[in-house]
Amino acid sequence: MKKIIDFTVRDNRRLNKDMFLLTLHSEELPEMKPGQFVNVRIDNSPHTFLRRPISVHDIDMNNGLLYLLVKIAGEGTEHLSQIRVNEKLNILLPLGNGFTMPDTGKHLLIGGGVGVAPILFLAKEMNRKGLSPIVLVGCRTKEDIVLQETFGNYCRLLHTTEDGSYGETGYPTQHSVLAENFDGIYCCGPEAMMKAVARYATQKNIECEVSLENMMACGLGACLCCVTETKEGNKCVCTEGSVFNIKDLTWQI
Amino acid sequence: MYGRFRIQYKGFNMADLKLNLNGLKLKNPVMTASGTFGYGLEFQDFVDLNKLGAFIVKGTTINQREGNPYPRMSETPSGMLNAVGLQNKGVDYFIENIYPLLKDINSNVIVNVSGATISDYIATAEKINDLNHIPAIELNISCPNVKEGGMAFGTNVCSAAEVVAAVRKVYNKHLMVKLSPNVTDIRAIATAVETAGADSVSLINTLMGMAVNVKTRKPVLSTVTGGLSGACVKPVALRMVWQVASVVKIPVVGLGGIMNAEDALEFLMAGANAIQIGTANFIDPTITMKVIEGINAYLDENGFTSVKEIVGIINQA
Ligand SMILES: Cc1cc2nc3c(=O)[nH]c(=O)nc-3n(C[C@H](O)[C@H](O)[C@H](O)COP(=O)(O)OP(=O)(O)OC[C@H]3O[C@@H](n4cnc5c(N)ncnc54)[C@H](O)[C@@H]3O)c2cc1C
Ligand SMILES: Cc1cc2nc3c(=O)[nH]c(=O)nc-3n(C[C@H](O)[C@H](O)[C@H](O)COP(=O)(O)O)c2cc1C
Ligand code: FES
Repeated sequence: MKKIIDFTVRDNRRLNKDMFLLTLHSEELPEMKPGQFVNVRIDNSPHTFLRRPISVHDIDMNNGLLYLLVKIAGEGTEHLSQIRVNEKLNILLPLGNGFTMPDTGKHLLIGGGVGVAPILFLAKEMNRKGLSPIVLVGCRTKEDIVLQETFGNYCRLLHTTEDGSYGETGYPTQHSVLAENFDGIYCCGPEAMMKAVARYATQKNIECEVSLENMMACGLGACLCCVTETKEGNKCVCTEGSVFNIKDLTWQI
Repeated sequence: MYGRFRIQYKGFNMADLKLNLNGLKLKNPVMTASGTFGYGLEFQDFVDLNKLGAFIVKGTTINQREGNPYPRMSETPSGMLNAVGLQNKGVDYFIENIYPLLKDINSNVIVNVSGATISDYIATAEKINDLNHIPAIELNISCPNVKEGGMAFGTNVCSAAEVVAAVRKVYNKHLMVKLSPNVTDIRAIATAVETAGADSVSLINTLMGMAVNVKTRKPVLSTVTGGLSGACVKPVALRMVWQVASVVKIPVVGLGGIMNAEDALEFLMAGANAIQIGTANFIDPTITMKVIEGINAYLDENGFTSVKEIVGIINQA
């Protein structure tokens, strides 16, 4: 069941020049799956009319905590970055279908930029199931890399930077780990990166899921603004996604 | 003591929100706007659908439509542009798969009907006429997001009258006609539609607008233009509702930018018999319930016994 909850901000930690981590508390926190997202209402931000979709970065059911990893992209997220401890945040959740959780196999999780947000929760759940996931994070430069220690708790963590300042140089699809064999790939990031990953997965015949970030208005499957083209016609990214198997999409790859 | 007693007394003796919209009986004047509330089912976690005056489901056409390509949405200051383009699975799909889920809801489920040609409108309306639990259709002659039909009918006095008269012949329940604001004189269209046999009019549909992405130097929407809705359109919508209410005798359903109970009251006071809530559902999915409560509280606090007493009240001497 979907809910609208006023969360209390417990922490707002700036991670680098444009990313921050919010820790939010509510006794009513519902169960959620990796890959699901929430719709945040950003009050008192004059040009932010609609809610903003943000992935579930992590949850702590025992303590009623929801973590959101956000990158400043415009006025709404800029405003959100200024929120202070004890302020309230009105959130609609849980939304979207989430990633398919495998029972066995070797899995590669790829996050580009703020696309790492849903990857943490996925890695944590896979780790809990004893799956030893590998997480590959693609960034422009070393300063963009965030939360290395947190990720390190749940996976084998690898990096690429475009300028070579950390990890291997280049894009995630150029990383040497791709020479290994995988049973599944899970990816969230800029569309160009997801398409490159999809191309690799298709060539190698590996199951691959991507999380799309289409512009949304309602998040509930009511407005049909967020659709993506699939082999079965247009589908709502907010309810029938945001996670899609690349086989269902009509991407030219 | 007296004050406290009065507050308690008012709590029990709520104002009468019921109304009869030219034969269409509503529990209260609050409806949801087509295209913004899906089939209602999407909102069941937030709204008791039985409590709505009516809800108007997605634009329905004779055949399935895929709608326009993505991007279909762009946020604007206090509003949004959409170019969904009537994506729906067609009237037969609605009848077979959606209607069974809606028919036992104790509210008025109204189907918004659109078409590219008059015969499309007729065919769709005929099929819906056979559904016992659909007491009305809202004829959409005002969609700005389709290439042919839609708004083309609603922006011309003759064609508006023609399509309404044609549907009137085959549809014998409540016929609500949704007007476009993209016209020079909405009163002329409203009067033509009334004469052609409409039982009520609803207005406004979205205002045609556009947005440009300066980074890509391209239009934001795949269709270049789209329909503007949300808080920003309210003053225009309110003006048009007031104008139409002063020239037609049939009931007027007002909408456009209603975000809270006060906005709804403005429309009622300007002459709307009932209202619809659209884009606001996206921001607060429970908004319809809050508006019903808010209207009721206002009537109670100001000593009105029925919502009918405030309809068009601004025109009273
Ligand atoms: C399912 C989903 C999950 C997401 N998860 C996260 C997350 O975990 N962390 C995070 O930082 N961001 C996430 N995003 C992107 C985030 O929603 C946008 O960055 C945000 O809405 C921008 O709002 P703004 O007001 O700051 O920027 P605006 O001024 O509205 O826009 C700035 C730029 O951001 C882009 N943008 C705006 N809205 C969206 C949108 N709905 N989706 C994608 N891009 C958008 C636009 O292209 C625009 O150029 C997610 C998006 C979706 C759809
Ligand atoms: C995403 C979206 C889809 C819509 N689809 C329809 C539709 O199918 N048929 C219709 O008559 N109006 C449609 N409308 C218009 C609304 O019903 C309403 O007339 C308009 O949005 C103004 O009201 P509002 O400002 O309260 O949203 C749509 C509006 C939006 C935002
Ligand atoms: S955002 Fe409204 S249907 Fe997906």
